[in-house]
Amino acid sequence: MPPEADLSFAASFAPALLDPARSTPEVVTGPNGKAAGRRYDVYRNNVTVSLIDALAAIYPAVQRITGTDFFRAMARFHVRSNPPTSPLLFEYGRDFPEFIARYEHAQAMPWLPDVARIERAWLDAYHAADASPLSPARLSAVTPDRLADLVFTPHPAAYCLRSDYAAVTIFAANRDDAPVMRIDASTPEHALITRPEFEVTVRRLPPGGAVFASSLISGRPLGEAAASALEASSQFDIAANIAGLIEAGAFTSFASGDPT
Amino acid sequence: MSTVIQPTRPAAMPLRFSLPVGGVAGTSFKPAHLPDILEAGPRRGFFEVHAENYMGDGGPPHRALEAIRRDHPLSLHGVCMSIGGPRALDKAHLARFRGLVARYQPALVSEHLAWSTHETSFFNDLLPLPYTEATLACVCDHIDQVQEAIRRPLLLENPSTYVAFRDSSMRETEFIRAVAERTGCGLLLDVNNVFVSATNQGFSALEYLAEFPLSRVEEIHLAGHAEQADDEGDLLLIDSHDGPVADAVWKLYEIVIRRRGAVPTLIEWDSKIPDWPILQAEASAAQAILDRQQSAVPAGDRHAA
Repeated sequence: MPPEADLSFAASFAPALLDPARSTPEVVTGPNGKAAGRRYDVYRNNVTVSLIDALAAIYPAVQRITGTDFFRAMARFHVRSNPPTSPLLFEYGRDFPEFIARYEHAQAMPWLPDVARIERAWLDAYHAADASPLSPARLSAVTPDRLADLVFTPHPAAYCLRSDYAAVTIFAANRDDAPVMRIDASTPEHALITRPEFEVTVRRLPPGGAVFASSLISGRPLGEAAASALEASSQFDIAANIAGLIEAGAFTSFASGDPT
Repeated sequence: MSTVIQPTRPAAMPLRFSLPVGGVAGTSFKPAHLPDILEAGPRRGFFEVHAENYMGDGGPPHRALEAIRRDHPLSLHGVCMSIGGPRALDKAHLARFRGLVARYQPALVSEHLAWSTHETSFFNDLLPLPYTEATLACVCDHIDQVQEAIRRPLLLENPSTYVAFRDSSMRETEFIRAVAERTGCGLLLDVNNVFVSATNQGFSALEYLAEFPLSRVEEIHLAGHAEQADDEGDLLLIDSHDGPVADAVWKLYEIVIRRRGAVPTLIEWDSKIPDWPILQAEASAAQAILDRQQSAVPAGDRHAA
C-alpha cells in the first residue's frame, strides 16, 4: 500500500462538500490556471441535492404536509449534519423523524415525526425479505387449551408504531395527490405496517391492538400479549385482533411455547 | 417446525444464460417502465440497473429485476464501491455486490473510476481522484479485490470531471490504460463523459479517444448532459443523464464504433425519466449504428462480446 500522504486527496476534498462555510479545497484547480470555485460547487450541489432528493423520496407525505420549500430547507439541515453512512440510500434517514421532532420550525406540527416514522417503516417493509404469511387456517387447528402459550414469528416486513396523534390518517391522506379533508389530529392512532406479498399496507389498529401486536412481534406468548392489551384497553377484542393481524400478514408461523 | 419463511430462491427463476448481448443496444431499467416492457414481451436489447437499488433483502425491486432478467440480458452497474477512494473497500458492500452477480448472472458488470465514501460519510456522487502512482496502486488493489470476489473481469468506467488535481502526474487515458493492463479489467467507455470532461478540462475528445485503449472496451454508455458556466463564464458541462444524447456525442460514438466494432451500448437516462417509447427510440438510434457496423464488417471479423 502506498504511503498515506500520497492518498490524502479525499481528506482534502471531502470536508467542504457539505459545509458551505469552507472554501474550495486547495488540492483542486481548473484547467490552464482557471479557478475551481464553481467547478467544485458542482460536486457540492450534486451531493446536497441528491441527498435531499433521497429524503424527499423516502418521506413524500411529510413533504406534502410541509410544502416543498419547507421540506427541502429542513432536509438540507439534516443532510449537512447527518449525511448517510451506508451506500444504500434506502437505508438513509432513520434519524430524520427525531430531527423533525427537534426542528424549531416544525413544532406546530407535533404529529409530523410520527408520520415520518410510518414512512420510514413503509420503506423498510418494502425492502424486507420475502416470506409467506401465516395461513389463518393453521390457527383454527390449535386446541383452545394451547392457545395461550403460542409464540408467533413476525413477518420480516411487519412493524407496529404508536402515535399520540392521528398519524395514520394524516399519513394515508398525504401519500398521494388526492385532496385532504379536515383531520382531527388529536386522536391517538396506532399503525400496523405489513407486506405479505408485494404491496405494503398500513392499517390503523383497534384499541389495545398496538400493545397486543407489539407484544406478539417481540415474541411474547399469546396469553401474556392479550393480558397486556386488556390492561391497556377494556375494549380489547382478542379474537378480532388475532384474526386481523394474521389476515394483515403480520406473522409467518407460530410455535407452542408450552414448557413441557 | 417454527419457520415457513421462504425467501425467493434463485432456483425459482429459470435464467437464460445464453442471451446474447454482443452488438446490442440497451437502456437503463426504470421500474416505472416495467408494465410497458412486460407488455411488449421479449425483444432485442438489454437492461442496465444500478446494483445498489437491488441490495435490499426482498420485495418489489427483486421481483421486477427477476421479471426483466428472465427475457433479457442484464448489465449490473455499481455506483458506490468507491474504487477510486483511498479507504479500504467496504467488505459488506462487496459481499452484496458479489451476491447480486451470483443471483442474476449479468452479461455485463461494471463500476466507476471514482469514490463516494470518506471516513463514515457516503456522499452519493462520483467524486474525482488525482492520477498518480499512489492512486494507481490503490485503484488496482481495489479492482483486484472486486474481481476476486465476483470471479470475473470488471468493466471500469471513465469519469466525467469538473476539476483537476494539482498533483496529478499522468493523463486520464494513461492512468486507465495502466489500470487495465495491471488488473486485466475491461473498460466501459462513457462517450458522453469523454465529451463532458474534454469540454470542462480543455482537451480534445478525439485525442482522448485516440489514446484510449479501445481494444479493452466491452461496453459503451451514451447519455445527455446539461450546460452551466465556470468561474470565467465559459461553458461547463454537467453529466446530468436527464435528456437525449447530444449530436456531438452521437458523432463521437460513430467514430468509436467504426474503430472498435459493435460493442453493447447503453442509453443512460436517470432523471426526468421519459416515457418508455422515447427511451426506446434513443436505443434504436444506437442499434442502427451498431447494425450498420455489423453489416459493413465481414462476419468473421465481428467482435463478439
